[in-house]
Amino acid sequence: MEWASFLQILESTIRLSTPLVFACLAGLYSERAGVFDIGLEGKMLVAAFAAAAAAFATGSVWIGTLAGIGAALLFAAIHGLASITFRGNQLISGVSINFLASGLTVVLGAAWFRLGGQTPPLTGDMRFADAPLLDLFGITDPNPVIGLIFGHSVLVYVALLMVPFSAWLLYRTRFGLRLRAVGENPAAVDTAGVSVVGLRYAAVGITGVLCGLAGAYMSMALSAGFLREMTAGRGYIALAALIFAKWRPWYCLMACVLFGLLDAVAIRFQSIDIGVFIIPVQFTQALPYILTVIILAGFVGKAIPPRAGGEPYVKER
Amino acid sequence: MDKMPRWADVVLVPLICLVIAFFFSGILIWAIGQSPVEALTIMVTGSLGSTYGWGYTLFYATNFMFTGLAVSIAFQASLFNIGGAGPATLGGLGVALSCLFIPWPHWSLALAGSMVAAMAFGAAWAFLPAWLQAKRGSHIVITTMMFNFISYALMNYLLVNILRPVGKMDPASARFDEVTNLPQLGDILALVGIPFSTRNPANISLLIALACAVGVWALLWHTRLGFAIRAFGKSEKAALYAGISPVRITLYAMMLSGALSGMMAINSVQGEANRLLLNSVEGAGFIGIAVALMGRNHPFGIVIASILFGFLYQGGSQLALGTTIPREVIVVLQALVILFTGALPYMVQKPLERLFVRFNQGRAA
Repeated sequence: MEWASFLQILESTIRLSTPLVFACLAGLYSERAGVFDIGLEGKMLVAAFAAAAAAFATGSVWIGTLAGIGAALLFAAIHGLASITFRGNQLISGVSINFLASGLTVVLGAAWFRLGGQTPPLTGDMRFADAPLLDLFGITDPNPVIGLIFGHSVLVYVALLMVPFSAWLLYRTRFGLRLRAVGENPAAVDTAGVSVVGLRYAAVGITGVLCGLAGAYMSMALSAGFLREMTAGRGYIALAALIFAKWRPWYCLMACVLFGLLDAVAIRFQSIDIGVFIIPVQFTQALPYILTVIILAGFVGKAIPPRAGGEPYVKER
Repeated sequence: MDKMPRWADVVLVPLICLVIAFFFSGILIWAIGQSPVEALTIMVTGSLGSTYGWGYTLFYATNFMFTGLAVSIAFQASLFNIGGAGPATLGGLGVALSCLFIPWPHWSLALAGSMVAAMAFGAAWAFLPAWLQAKRGSHIVITTMMFNFISYALMNYLLVNILRPVGKMDPASARFDEVTNLPQLGDILALVGIPFSTRNPANISLLIALACAVGVWALLWHTRLGFAIRAFGKSEKAALYAGISPVRITLYAMMLSGALSGMMAINSVQGEANRLLLNSVEGAGFIGIAVALMGRNHPFGIVIASILFGFLYQGGSQLALGTTIPREVIVVLQALVILFTGALPYMVQKPLERLFVRFNQGRAA
């Protein structure tokens, strides 16, 4: 493979990993606090739509971002209400959130823009700038390596910074300790006089914000506008990455980059001929799921979810 | 003081959830500037106003009966099988291989062959997640979800690279031989003198789905295995103490579930399309969850809920034809039904229970 296409693949790996990193970290907070979230996909999708719609209406990418975060927070609140306050089934709630997003975005999109569920293409200030760092230093024609490092939209760097920040927040602060504790043994946290409900809502809220950023990135940086079902299963891939990373922040980054790389390879090369036989593109596309199943099966180290995950907390009376 | 009577739990709670879901969907339709009443009228006349509409309603309902029963049998063992789509996809492959490569002399034999193939393929696809759950403790929700995606990739590969006829562009298999075509519901009803449209895909699979519902009911409440499945679902520890093997029950429940999902293909692949298409399942795997929740996990309830969702599905396509309301309104409605019946049961159930308690107290005093 020549140098140029190698760089191209790296470049698109970074772009494709970014929404995964946001969504994967989003899931990390929620699941570490004991609230399973298979609704990452739905929250990303509704955020992508709200972001693109608001950006188109106002002409500002930043208002779009806020709208995306707001929409994802609203959906996170539904999930919180169902799984924390009403002690419902968190998995079923997640499934319903995915459907709600899938239906609502098309219905509202078709009604508002009359384009069959997509938003009009976003231009200029309605999108994130492609390479603000290069613009800042006035570099117009960077060499490929500089471009690879500095030539990305601002959210790429935000996603990268979120990883050390999350590691710090979860492992080095009191809030993080309590959040992790509430996912392992909520009764102990309750005994210590800390609100289980409050902590879980906080975690679900952070999940909403991060999903909002993931969606905003999808529709305003990776693409120029919203298309129906544009998240195309990335929320599930992020969930797979979270399990692959065994619910740890730095490993989340690695898993997401690996899955982003697979995506980039599948897009760049249709089928790969490795001499002995041909690897079909569908295999590359399915590889994240296959790897996750192998990890889940515990053949390569065991993936143990937070102990209190999936169970609503009921105070003893 | 006892809580509410059984009829309220079984009938009233799902009904109230449905009303709430309809209410919110109505608000949505109103919010996009359309008339909810008119939309409902179009849906009802389009799906129930003619035997043509009824045919489509029952055709969709057949799919949902299979997937709903599949979800519910796993639910009974307290396994949340989110992967109805995977076995249903593989069941389609089984049906297609059987119809394409075996020279069946008569449709009845072809149907029997397809059923065996669909069940075998569906059960086989459910085996691995079940085994991983039982033996390795891998969470069944995540593994079945992963297996859904793997099944899409597999189907994509097979259709594009292997089953696609030479010279065709779209990723679909060749057409099945005419002899494998299943009898239409209209033809069957004509035998007993009931006039029913034949210009719709409803076919004999409906009767098979109804038979499956009876079969599942008999299995769950009148056999040892059914008792073991339900006991395991209620309490794993108690079941273990009673000498019920968790591994065996998990495997049986999941493979039965996979076989039922796979059976959906006799309706959608052999009954309607007559060839294997890329997305032959079309979300029926997930609607199975809604149907199982709505039907309170009981085969009889699932039949009713399937017909309801069949009506919604057919009504939704009529909406898309007759108005500017996209059919995705139905997806919203379906999401709300899942949310209220599955994830927010206490929101409806608890206040209702309190109401009944107060009512009973009032009568006793």
